[in-house]
Amino acid sequence: MGEFFQNLVNALQYGSFLALIALGYSMVYSILMLFNFAHGDIFMVGAYIGFGIATLLVTLASFGALALPGWLILVLTIIISMFLTSFVGMLVERIGYRPLREAPRASAAITGLMIGIILETGNLALLGAKRVSFPALIESATYDIGGVFVTNKKIMIVFVSIILTLALHQFVTKTKWGMAMRAMAFDYLVVPLMGVSINTIARLTFAIGSALAAAAGILYGVAYPVLEPYMGIIVGWKAFVAAILGGRGSILGAALAGFLLGFIEIFVAMIFPSTFRDLIAYSIVLLILVFRPHGFFGEPYSAKLRL
Amino acid sequence: MQDTIEQTHPPHVTFWRKVKTLFVKIPLLGWIVGAIVAVLVERLVGSGFASGLGLTKEPALFGLLIILKTPSLIPGALLYVLLIYMLPTVAVAWATALFANRIAALLLKKHILIAVLVHLGLLYVVLHFWADISGYRAHTLKLALIAIMVTLSLNIINGYMGEFSCSHPGFMALGAYTSSVFTLSLFTDHRFFGSAVLPEALGPFLFPIGLILGGLVAALGALIVAIPSFRTRGDYLAIISLAFMFIVKSMIENMEFVGGPRGLSGQPRWADLTTIFIWTVISIWIINNFVRSTLGKALNAVRDEEMAANSMTVNTRRTKITAFLFAAFWAGVAGGLLAHVLQYVNPSTFGIQKLAEVLAMVYFGGLNSVYGSIVGAVSITVLGEALRPLEIFKWIIIPLILILVMIFRPPGLIAFKEFDVRRILQPRNTPKKEVKDDAA
Repeated sequence: MGEFFQNLVNALQYGSFLALIALGYSMVYSILMLFNFAHGDIFMVGAYIGFGIATLLVTLASFGALALPGWLILVLTIIISMFLTSFVGMLVERIGYRPLREAPRASAAITGLMIGIILETGNLALLGAKRVSFPALIESATYDIGGVFVTNKKIMIVFVSIILTLALHQFVTKTKWGMAMRAMAFDYLVVPLMGVSINTIARLTFAIGSALAAAAGILYGVAYPVLEPYMGIIVGWKAFVAAILGGRGSILGAALAGFLLGFIEIFVAMIFPSTFRDLIAYSIVLLILVFRPHGFFGEPYSAKLRL
Repeated sequence: MQDTIEQTHPPHVTFWRKVKTLFVKIPLLGWIVGAIVAVLVERLVGSGFASGLGLTKEPALFGLLIILKTPSLIPGALLYVLLIYMLPTVAVAWATALFANRIAALLLKKHILIAVLVHLGLLYVVLHFWADISGYRAHTLKLALIAIMVTLSLNIINGYMGEFSCSHPGFMALGAYTSSVFTLSLFTDHRFFGSAVLPEALGPFLFPIGLILGGLVAALGALIVAIPSFRTRGDYLAIISLAFMFIVKSMIENMEFVGGPRGLSGQPRWADLTTIFIWTVISIWIINNFVRSTLGKALNAVRDEEMAANSMTVNTRRTKITAFLFAAFWAGVAGGLLAHVLQYVNPSTFGIQKLAEVLAMVYFGGLNSVYGSIVGAVSITVLGEALRPLEIFKWIIIPLILILVMIFRPPGLIAFKEFDVRRILQPRNTPKKEVKDDAA
């Protein structure tokens, strides 16, 4: 039983990365009907930007110039790199997606993939092939709750990701911008006629999605403090699967599916040999999609899908 | 009227038009004959000429590698390409145009099959002599031919049927492993499969059976993607196919009797240029016939409007399943050939990177087009090899080119074009009327 709860905690942590990244995929998908395949690499860029800012602040603190406590550095790092990474997202939208809005959807998928490769390679060219380690900002503390070991980092990660998800949900359902986004997701042809600029909304969507990916990247850096240029690929594709599983236009669906995918992976590794993890996890995904072809909260296929 | 239109163009456009009119009367046969002369010239005087220009040996890929590696040799490389390849090709093609037109007309009048075989035979001579110069050329050419097969087969699903399938590396892996197991267990003493069952001399003759078996296993695997495609399409099918790819990769990683994640090596060298060339030609021929058949038009109907197609008596389920199995078969065959060219496969050969590569070829070349697939596969393969001296920046240049192509020509370079063999082979000195009829 203790092992079960231990894995539950691990799955919650892993699922929260997937959920945060899946939100970005899901938002872009519901509004533009396109996938931002560069999203996994934006996650990587966010993690690296966070690494840069955290290192800068830690160095400043060590010289005594700006002696901030570790937790404040972490908060500042998250906020600043979310802000900076959102510009990366807007840039990706401007270069890879805006010119292709009327093109076949697959073409935009290709530009996204290619921008992702450019981001990876660009990082590799700038920083070299060596891995960098994320500075330890908060001291690790382990709590023993009835045989289950929980670190304060895990609690923080799950907490932050749930807060961000709920904040996004509030933003989309309660604010005027969110209303415009939902309207755009409902019909991107008519809503621009009502005076809502599709360019602004698309840019906003990419910015928010990238900011969330940056947050996920920093949390990932806190949990597994080794960053490398290709870290976004595997996590990114898994989050993409989660976004689809959640269903089109459903923010909570994407987050839930992210957590679910995390649970599946961790628990498969608990029961079976860990080499079977991908095999069984993706088989479950395939079965879910066979019996529920539009995800958990998605609407059935409609003729509106343009190809 | 005609003159006024001509005058509105800037001077360089009219110049290129004049150049084009010089060559418009040369049939394909003439170009191939010219190319034969060029490769023969290279074979006779190539190495001497290259050392005269200061190059160590003949430029491997039309001087592209040299230009990027050592900029001081650029004039030499350009001169080599100009004098050894371009000059003989153009001169011979131009000089023999009249003669070649007559021969082409004669061949077409006899039977189209004869004409095709003659052209292909001559084309093979060109490729053989070109690739004979160095092992590197031969390897690149083999990879390019295999890439043509894979790209064409993916184009059936992504271009003609309009789905976004990500499962092709999985199909290739199935084909590669099946045919490798076939050849390794029957004809070689292998540490996994024990001693040979049949004499090795029989191998090259039974090799096609191994490839076909690989294709059939891949087609069987395609059922996993094809059956869900009845109920869903678009992005959800993309995920199903992606999941399939990961499942295949992970499954092979867990199969210890084929080496698991360490892979399988020691495949015999039976995939030589002739074998691959024949298989590629067969695949182009069959796939081209398939997409131009009624079933192929049904694919387009399913892509454009599934419900309308269904109400117009198109059996959408049969169409989808045929397309998936057919495409998977050719991907499996290509995978088998690839395994025997590389003589080593492991599961990570068929991962996300392969997927990005194949997708890039399809969308670069053009959707819904056999021409496009050939152009895309060859150009991405050659580009990938030619930009090797740039090392890591290769992976910035190639994606940039693709992004530009997608922005300025979203469906790809040569999309939605029919591959009409008769039109390609026909003599070019015929009155214009006939050409117009074909174009309509």
